[in-house]
Amino acid sequence: MITLNLNGKDHELDVADDMPLLWALRDVANLTGTKYGCGMALCGACTVNVEGQPTRSCVTPVSAVAGKRITTIEAMGEDPVGRVVQDAWRRLDVVQCGYCQSGQIMAATALLSSNKAPTDADIDTAMSGNICRCATYVRIRAAIHQAAEQLA
Amino acid sequence: MGKIETPDSAARGILNVSRRTLLKGAGGLALGIFFAPLLRGVDALAASQPFGPNAFVRIDSDGVVTVLAKHLEMGQGSYTGLATLLAEELDADWDKVRVEGAPADAKLYNNNAFGPMQGTGGSTAMANSWEQMRNAGATARAMLVAAAAQRWGVPAGEIDVAQGVVSHAGSGRSAGFGELVEAAAQLPVPQQVQLKEPKDFKLIGKLDLRRKDSFDKTDGSALFTQDLKLPGMLVAMVAYPPRFGGVPRAVDASQARAVRDVVDVVEFRDLPHGRAGVAVLAKNTWAARQGRDALAIEWDESQAFTLGSEEILAQYREAAGKPGLPATRTGDAEAALAGAAKTVEAEYEFPYLAHAAMEPMNCLVKLSDERCEIWNGEQFQTVDQALIGGYLGLAPEQVSLTQLYAGGSFGRRASSRSDYLLEAVAIAKAAREKGIEAPVKMVWTREDDTRGGSYRPMYLHRVRIGLDEAGTLQAWHNRLVGQSIIAGTSMEAALVRDGIDHTSVEGLSNLAYAVPNLQVELSTPANIQVPVLWWRSVGHTHTGYVAETMIDEAAVAAGKDPYAFRDALLESHPRHRGVLRLAAEQAGWDKPLAPGADGEKRGRGIAVHESFGSFVAQVVEVTVKGDGSYRVDRVVCAVDCGIAINPDVIRAQMEGGIGFALAAVRHGAITLKEGRVEQSNFHDYPVLRINEMPRVEVHIVPSAENPTGVGEPGVPPLAPALANALFAVTGVRLRKLPFPAQVMA
Repeated sequence: MITLNLNGKDHELDVADDMPLLWALRDVANLTGTKYGCGMALCGACTVNVEGQPTRSCVTPVSAVAGKRITTIEAMGEDPVGRVVQDAWRRLDVVQCGYCQSGQIMAATALLSSNKAPTDADIDTAMSGNICRCATYVRIRAAIHQAAEQLA
Repeated sequence: MGKIETPDSAARGILNVSRRTLLKGAGGLALGIFFAPLLRGVDALAASQPFGPNAFVRIDSDGVVTVLAKHLEMGQGSYTGLATLLAEELDADWDKVRVEGAPADAKLYNNNAFGPMQGTGGSTAMANSWEQMRNAGATARAMLVAAAAQRWGVPAGEIDVAQGVVSHAGSGRSAGFGELVEAAAQLPVPQQVQLKEPKDFKLIGKLDLRRKDSFDKTDGSALFTQDLKLPGMLVAMVAYPPRFGGVPRAVDASQARAVRDVVDVVEFRDLPHGRAGVAVLAKNTWAARQGRDALAIEWDESQAFTLGSEEILAQYREAAGKPGLPATRTGDAEAALAGAAKTVEAEYEFPYLAHAAMEPMNCLVKLSDERCEIWNGEQFQTVDQALIGGYLGLAPEQVSLTQLYAGGSFGRRASSRSDYLLEAVAIAKAAREKGIEAPVKMVWTREDDTRGGSYRPMYLHRVRIGLDEAGTLQAWHNRLVGQSIIAGTSMEAALVRDGIDHTSVEGLSNLAYAVPNLQVELSTPANIQVPVLWWRSVGHTHTGYVAETMIDEAAVAAGKDPYAFRDALLESHPRHRGVLRLAAEQAGWDKPLAPGADGEKRGRGIAVHESFGSFVAQVVEVTVKGDGSYRVDRVVCAVDCGIAINPDVIRAQMEGGIGFALAAVRHGAITLKEGRVEQSNFHDYPVLRINEMPRVEVHIVPSAENPTGVGEPGVPPLAPALANALFAVTGVRLRKLPFPAQVMA
């Protein structure tokens, strides 16, 4: 048994210690908004927030995050920055297939939480770990700028 | 426990949604009949359900309009587009319109462009639904109006409908759709309805109409195959042979079985598509993965494919030295070349490409003696039904398919061999034969997906063009060598003519430029066992590149401006010309390009190409840096896809198509060595990242033509326009894809 603090609540999960957080979230806790894309921290689809830091859940064993505050896409509607990011994504219709977008929104929220007015270069640096195969990048940039304006 | 539910209760939720969906679907007039095979015994319940005058729309008593989408939503915006067409004629309130994937059904949901099959591909969703969805909306509207007329005792002709409200100005009466559905459901379905004049469109062509899938794709609630879980479901992961055509000879599963939560290990072979494997079934994905990796398998590779890309290329070169089968022959290209004042010769190489959709392939299957239930995002629904039914000995109607979102596809989920679906079914069948009655979700890892075949085929082109003294293009001789996508599939009879797979030569066989002597020949090797498939824009991925870089070479050889040279040769192709001129104008082709920073050189290139009935031109601006690497700064794109149904979706597809094409130009190559695929994940098969994405400006040509597609046509012009831009800087023609990272020494 391992205790994970997921979106503000403690949960006891009966999983192996070495199970990556991604699979504990998806297969055991039924929080399926966090996606599998590569399993090697190469694509960012599995991004969650651990103690405020964007973290690749596909390579993070549950034992490493026991007791830490873990936030997923499912809680972004209640996050003051995450909500604004979601709104900007919806206003600009950023999504296409949508599979990577949970990770994109988690990464963008983390960026805007630490940098209130990111430049294009800041965005490229912060977001280059998140692959979108539909290449919605033009709109991701625009939505982050819009969200920044909204938050200012 | 917060949002957390037990696996079973979560699964019941999904099951309940699915069941309710089917019941609702059965409630309409026509639907009850067509869905009967899926719904034995529920007719009585269905009778109390809301208004569904045809297979494409239901309206509930709360006024919510549900559009049933026969096409897969894989990112290209089909759900939004189909809903727009229907809602336009229904005069629905866009905010009360929702979209649901239609079940696979060869009677109701065929693609009118494909003949007797349901399928999404070839950028046909809007083109083949243009009349159908508007008729469906207009029919429902007419019945709501008739119901209101009857209720209010006023002539139907005096009734208006706007934004989901039916009203009669004379009597001051009005009613929402929801208030009328019960009465409307009792009325006869009109056989003929009047469609709107384009000038009266309220939703079609509206730039700020929002997508229907934006909300649930931004809060984690959108359901992909990867996300589904049924009661008792097992996750399957497969060990595949290291080479195409291998089969397991001996399997030691003892270590795999020792992994916590692993339930069993099964084998499959002798599937119609020829792939074999060993599957580990487990209670969760992590256990399945660990179990799979713990298998010790000895493979029988006596029938396996063992060539590498270099050997394949050498074989293709040899083939290119001999005449192929004629795909196009106008005039006499050989004679014209012999008499040409100037000739250019070139050889082009294109590698295998993986689709690399973000959601690796997967499929959820539930089997019983009489039923096979599939949950998946599929492009070829009824092909899958037929092939799975054939494998199991079931009729296609006994194979149900619930359509979910696909996390990308780009052609990969349009498998004419139903490869991964059949594997999932075979695993569930093998498990069942061992007494395991469980739904099975087969999932691929990124590595499985990258190495799983179904690639854009490798191609070699050998081209010779000839110009006369005046610089007029007189001859074009183009020989192609590459695998057929269609040969050996159920579509061969319909789509391969006289040995020519049209998808191999499309884009060259119908070259738009006025060339009096054109010869296109095709050699199709039959001995290459690498599975190949359509990859966003199919043959145009290589034919468009060759056509648009060679025409550039011709312009240079003629001493003409590449834009003006093209324009002059497109006199009889006004839509090509329209986008070419618009892109050039918007890019400021007639003005010099702003210079780069110190040590940087800038260049500009242009390309225009028709694919899938749509016309796209792009101007690419590029900067070559001091170290010889390059950056794409700006792409100006003009598109003519007939009537623009959803202008913002069109823009998004052009943006995405440009990024998808750029990924292939910069990075894309699947290579084989001794039959093994050398790439595995995003580190050695990189795709585009945000720091490589240029600025994109999209301009849509106003048009009154019937709509055509936009999912693919944005792809072909990018690579040649970029190659032409780089040539403008470096003076070097790039004829091998992908480009080197350094384009200048």
